[in-house]
Amino acid sequence: METNARLTRLAACAGCGAKVGAGTLAALLGDFRTRTDPNLIVGFDKSDDASVYVINDDTALIQTVDFFPPIVDDPYLFGQIAAANALSDVYAMGGEPRLALNVMCVTENMEEAWIRDILRGGYDKAYEAGAIISGGHTIRGSEPLYGLSVTGFARPSQIRRNDAARPGDVLILTKPLGVGILTTAAKADMTKPALMEKIYRQMTTLNRDTCRAMQRCRVHGCTDVTGFGLMGHGCEMAQGSGCTLHIQVDKVPFHTEALELADMGLVPAGAYRNRDFAEKSVEIRGDVSRAMQDILYDPQTSGGLLIAVDEGDGEALREEIPGAAIIGHVTEREDKALVLEAKP
Amino acid sequence: MERTIDCMGMACPLPVINAKKAIEAFTEDGTLHIRVDNETAVQNLIRLGEHNGFVVASAQNGDNAYTVTMAVVAGQAKGAQVPAEALSCAAPAKGGKVVVLSADTMGSGDEKLGKKLMKAFIFALTNQDEAPDKVICYNTGAFLTTRDADTVKDLKTLEAAGTTVMTCGTCLDFYGLKAELQVGIVSNMYDIVEAQMSAAQIIRP
Repeated sequence: METNARLTRLAACAGCGAKVGAGTLAALLGDFRTRTDPNLIVGFDKSDDASVYVINDDTALIQTVDFFPPIVDDPYLFGQIAAANALSDVYAMGGEPRLALNVMCVTENMEEAWIRDILRGGYDKAYEAGAIISGGHTIRGSEPLYGLSVTGFARPSQIRRNDAARPGDVLILTKPLGVGILTTAAKADMTKPALMEKIYRQMTTLNRDTCRAMQRCRVHGCTDVTGFGLMGHGCEMAQGSGCTLHIQVDKVPFHTEALELADMGLVPAGAYRNRDFAEKSVEIRGDVSRAMQDILYDPQTSGGLLIAVDEGDGEALREEIPGAAIIGHVTEREDKALVLEAKP
Repeated sequence: MERTIDCMGMACPLPVINAKKAIEAFTEDGTLHIRVDNETAVQNLIRLGEHNGFVVASAQNGDNAYTVTMAVVAGQAKGAQVPAEALSCAAPAKGGKVVVLSADTMGSGDEKLGKKLMKAFIFALTNQDEAPDKVICYNTGAFLTTRDADTVKDLKTLEAAGTTVMTCGTCLDFYGLKAELQVGIVSNMYDIVEAQMSAAQIIRP
């Protein structure tokens, strides 16, 4: 036990969504002078998963970066999760990742073997994704961090933005929620190992096959559900698209074990930040328990995609993606961006 | 009974874990104050209290200082893995004696001597009036329960006397011993932590 890596002990906010709230970011960047370029079709102003720059009629460049402190103790697993999470932003835009750069911070008390294992996790996931890690940057600091900056490509027609959902679309969520609560509880040794194995598998699963399935259907809008939770990312999709997302709470896939853990107070700080940011844009119809709301606001790591697809293709797309569920539909803009509908 | 625990400077989920432990240690009704320095901890502690059916209040005492107070009803704590009395210092725990073997040697120094001592220690265990409740083997301790280790026989004697012999599965994997376990069961960190948390006494050679 003494030699087992306990990476999460080295991070102040392990198991919590370390991401800075969306509202805070927007306020920070509000009045900076920036250049404009008509080829930059998705930039910061869009609150999307990655930037997209159209190079020519056949090629669009997708760029993204994502890194965070350890959410699991095992270095190899942490590397895989961090890489799958970073690669996901490219898939969420409809592209294929091609190049990646390591972004890493190591602490004085990390053993060399741990650092190598984290990187090995990253390289293995990049290999699986068909991307090449061509370099990177590693510094020393007070907390371990790992992630990737990823460059991907797509044909411009394949780009799937988060602001293009249309009224009449149905909404598909491709991975179950509750990861933030469960990793917080795991840090307290309050979860069963068999359940965490399942969670770890889910977090290391690339969204590649989901992305490819999506390209075969009439998908209008897409985003990956990560640090801002289903509600935060859902709000961004609704506001960008000028629509309202209706989510049927009883259809949303989630890990049921997270319900009681949330009720006991094992809710990561990120979930509270997400609620602060999104709550004003959400209308709740019917009775949705506080614990269930926690799950809807729970920050996800390497989460699934939230896809707005033409109603006619919804069922076919859902069938192609294991674990995916149709969780609601899109309407013309109503009073609030998001409507949670509880079963009466 | 009134208790105050200081969780200043602690990030989630530590305040909740500490408060849960404190609640479980209440042998009579009383008041628990938890001092924390962030709003998330306040919200999570309120949940913990309400989850247990307690009356909960919170107060802000300064810029980054809050106190959450709950009226603890003893024996009402939900989701506890062990009964309240098991965690109280005065009462006997249900877990019994737990022997932790974290290496295949006893003490530090010459390896040969260390192995000899470990074998003698385990043999001596079999001669005690009362067999330990559990023997937990991890890291190189996994070598004690596997292959042709000269300790397997004595550990089997303990097992026959009612001792649960547990070997860490991660360690078996790591040392390539998974298929060669000779005595007891494969265990995981969850069980290893639980066994030690609920132990009346932990013995480390």
